[in-house]
Amino acid sequence: MEAFLLQLAAGIATGGIYASVALAIVMIYQATHHVNFAQGEMATLSTFMALTMIQAGLPYWVAFVGTLVVSFIMGALVERLIMRPVQHAPILTHVGVYIGMLLIIGNMTGWVFGYTIQMFPSPFEGGKPMLGGLFSSHQLGSVGVTLAVLILVYLFFTKTSLGLAMRAAAYNPRSARLVGIRVDVMLALGWGLAAAIGSVAGMMVAPIVFLDPNMMLGILLYAFAGALLGGIDNPPGAVIGGFLVGVLENLAGAYIVGTDLKLTVALVIIIGVLVLKPSGLFGRVVFTRV
Amino acid sequence: MTISRRLLLAGSAGALAVPNLAAAQEAPGVTATEIHIGSTNALSGPVSSYSVISRCLEAMFRRLNDEGGVAGRRIKFTVYDDAYQPPRTLEQTRRLVERDRVAFLFNQLGTPTNSAIHRYVNQRSVPHLFLATGADKWANPREFPWTIGWQPSYRVEAQIYTKYVLEQRPNAKIALLYQNDDFGRDYLHGVQDVLKDRFRSMVVTATNEATDPTIDSQIVQLQATGADVLICGVVPRFAAQAIRRVHDIGWRPMMFMTNVSVSVGVVMQPAGVEKGIGLITSDYRKDQSDPAWAQDAGMNEWRDFMRRYVPDGDLGDNNYTYGYGVGLTMIQVLRQCGNDFSRENVMNQARNIRPMDIATLLPGIKVQTQPDNYNVIRQMQLQRWNGQSWERFGNVIEGAG
Amino acid sequence: MSLSPARLLLVVLGLAAALAPLWVLESFHLFQLTMAVIMALAVLGLNIVTGYNGQISLGHGAFFAIGAYVTSILMAQADWSFYATLPFAAAICGMVGYAVGLPALRLGGLYLALVTFSLAVAVPQLLKHKALEAWTGGVQGLFLMKPDPPRWLTSVLPFNADQYMYLNVLIVSGICFLLAWNLIRGRIGRALMATRDHPTAAEAMGMDIAALKTGAFAVSAMITGVAGALSAVAVEFVAPDSFTFLLSITFFVGMVVGGVASILGSIFGGLFVLFVPNIAESISRAAPGVIYGMILIVFLFVLPEGFAGLVRRLLAKLSSPGNPQPK
Repeated sequence: MEAFLLQLAAGIATGGIYASVALAIVMIYQATHHVNFAQGEMATLSTFMALTMIQAGLPYWVAFVGTLVVSFIMGALVERLIMRPVQHAPILTHVGVYIGMLLIIGNMTGWVFGYTIQMFPSPFEGGKPMLGGLFSSHQLGSVGVTLAVLILVYLFFTKTSLGLAMRAAAYNPRSARLVGIRVDVMLALGWGLAAAIGSVAGMMVAPIVFLDPNMMLGILLYAFAGALLGGIDNPPGAVIGGFLVGVLENLAGAYIVGTDLKLTVALVIIIGVLVLKPSGLFGRVVFTRV
Repeated sequence: MTISRRLLLAGSAGALAVPNLAAAQEAPGVTATEIHIGSTNALSGPVSSYSVISRCLEAMFRRLNDEGGVAGRRIKFTVYDDAYQPPRTLEQTRRLVERDRVAFLFNQLGTPTNSAIHRYVNQRSVPHLFLATGADKWANPREFPWTIGWQPSYRVEAQIYTKYVLEQRPNAKIALLYQNDDFGRDYLHGVQDVLKDRFRSMVVTATNEATDPTIDSQIVQLQATGADVLICGVVPRFAAQAIRRVHDIGWRPMMFMTNVSVSVGVVMQPAGVEKGIGLITSDYRKDQSDPAWAQDAGMNEWRDFMRRYVPDGDLGDNNYTYGYGVGLTMIQVLRQCGNDFSRENVMNQARNIRPMDIATLLPGIKVQTQPDNYNVIRQMQLQRWNGQSWERFGNVIEGAG
Repeated sequence: MSLSPARLLLVVLGLAAALAPLWVLESFHLFQLTMAVIMALAVLGLNIVTGYNGQISLGHGAFFAIGAYVTSILMAQADWSFYATLPFAAAICGMVGYAVGLPALRLGGLYLALVTFSLAVAVPQLLKHKALEAWTGGVQGLFLMKPDPPRWLTSVLPFNADQYMYLNVLIVSGICFLLAWNLIRGRIGRALMATRDHPTAAEAMGMDIAALKTGAFAVSAMITGVAGALSAVAVEFVAPDSFTFLLSITFFVGMVVGGVASILGSIFGGLFVLFVPNIAESISRAAPGVIYGMILIVFLFVLPEGFAGLVRRLLAKLSSPGNPQPK
């Protein structure tokens, strides 16, 4: 029984990682109605930039804010320079561009920063490990950060006119344009915000799993599973979904399928949700033309 | 296991049936002024941190050429990128052998990658020397006479740990965490070799995949079995995670870590130097960060080489001491060849190295080969992490026979 | 469409170009070309479901792997001849493709890409799973042997195993390309493209969209699977590490650069994915992946129809100089 509880705790701890990345995925989906395959690589690059700033002597939180700003600019630039020209191209082109960015950013990061793992500092170090040692003060802090980001995102999308405009621009660009929303600005803004949230996720994840250019590959798939499970248009749902995937994956790995099939668990969750309940557990059912 | 053994046998029987394609009237890749040596490495991609080995070797051959080469010949060393993908390794190796017509192959990186060319090079009788992988299967002179490894195999390493456990705690319950690939499996086999029938009752195992974000779940699972010994065969990322997590959950097993993942800068510091206190590993190299070697003649030779030939190299990266050791072994074989650099003679010399000391290897640990024993380095010494550095203890232990 | 003399000449020239390497190239380059033809076949498979039918797959490496493993297991464990394994590899991949096609019916473009991408990442761990280890050889993989040329052939032409392998690959791929060409230019091909471009209209016209889509997946998986089977024999080794998600990405890149929804484009794509990594390596030894990604994006921007589109445009320009945009 105690072992089971510890597995549960380990699942929650890992789920926190997925939740923070899932939130970034939901963000970009809200803003563009797309899922960006290069999201993980962009977040990893941001985290390396944060590390560079910290190593250059900046205090953690200064580097944190700096990284948010730089990542925001990077995201907006990607939209401006790379996504804008193919805005009206078929989805196949978009997927191709995402794959291209995944290759470019991933390899570039490795080339510049190297492939050996690096320590990434945490602002929440120092506390005693909790929950049988599985939850460090950093993990608690990063869950707090994820929740804070979640609340901000939620308020932004529901309470601010900018957030509403952004959702409208993603949901129905033509009508949005008719009511005077500058759709292209909204898209760039959305990409920027998504990249910034991704960088937060990266900075929270890196102290736990250690930073290297491939840090996000595995995580991204679990986070996709979490976002889909919770509902890809529902930020709180995605966070809950992320935790659920963490727990499910750990319990299934420990007691059912064995630890060598954990990624397959994520795959099954993704397919299962998409086929059985495409809106996710907490998502609104939306009818869109496929 | 039996089935794949059968396949290998079938394969090598086929290898013998095929006539020697590279008939050696004249030695391929060798002219009056040059010896051409080929290699592959992951110059790009996720494991490209090992590409510094190739850099080190290039620099060593440059130094050798500066000093006049071997038997009046300069060494030309060509390294192609295989990005650690086995089909690419075969393609690049065929390019080296068939188009560039290298004399032989040296220090190609990786287990799955070298597996893909294992049969090819043995069919063609191309020396496939001193591979950069610790898999057990390269020391098989009967079936694959043209392939030879260099470093102590992972399997031997696991045997050494298990023997030590039996000595210290005869009634231990052993937890084994290994990566579910060629590399990790060798640790499983090594433990099985020593425990035999007792394996089932004494050992619990858990595996991880390279794509796993964390190994918390596996650690919890292993701890719950009440094990008091933990042996880890995992890559640096998970090694650092394991050291930290085991410490944080208050588990205090006698813990062993594969010597692939014990670099001070890459594993111990990220994990937290105080969290790894008591961790045991083994090594055959001198650790450059150990003050004991600050004035060591061999290490000074290496530092001098680094300063002159790889000035921008990271002195903390132990791939350079590895590369230096394997490079010296290669040069020894070339010197032994006299004036005959045919593939037959190169291979013959490579399997007849009299025990020799190498500058970057621990005292008492020799490089040696015999025609029936391809385990080039077969000794290691245990060492324990004291919070700042690795402390050697006990004698040099002989592994495979 | 009967064979006009000009067309006949083209066919003869094409055949000559395909066969000439047997005598012209030394064995290493012949091996490379063999692999390029195999890659072209794999890209063709992907093109049928993604190019012609619009269902984006980033996971075709899975079918390639299954084809390779079926052939390897039958050859290595059951001592089957290489030729006998091919229909089996094709059939099993077809079935798996059909099964993957069923949930794909309910998934829109991006989601399908996501699911197949996850499949591609999960492939190696499925291949080495312990339940299959007795057959697959687990992480160690399986070794097999290229077929030797039969005596009746060597008595006429002194082919070695590499040349014979190329010939085999050429014949099998040729048959697959012909079948695909036949399929695409016929009624089914038009229906596939109609479901891609105007699903609602296609359905209104009475097309069975579900059957078309799952069928496209099955055929596509079958062709890519055969390519996998050929590659296993040409490389003489299969292991889980040979089928990482990068392989699926490679097919995708090959399709985009060669030409989406183009049979000729698949051939260009195969040549591209085999030879460009070598060129990229010579441009930037440190990060050929960056070059690779850049080429992909540049093609999407500048030449969305790929090489095939470029060739088509050039040919059109040559034949009717007054008309810049013939379609």
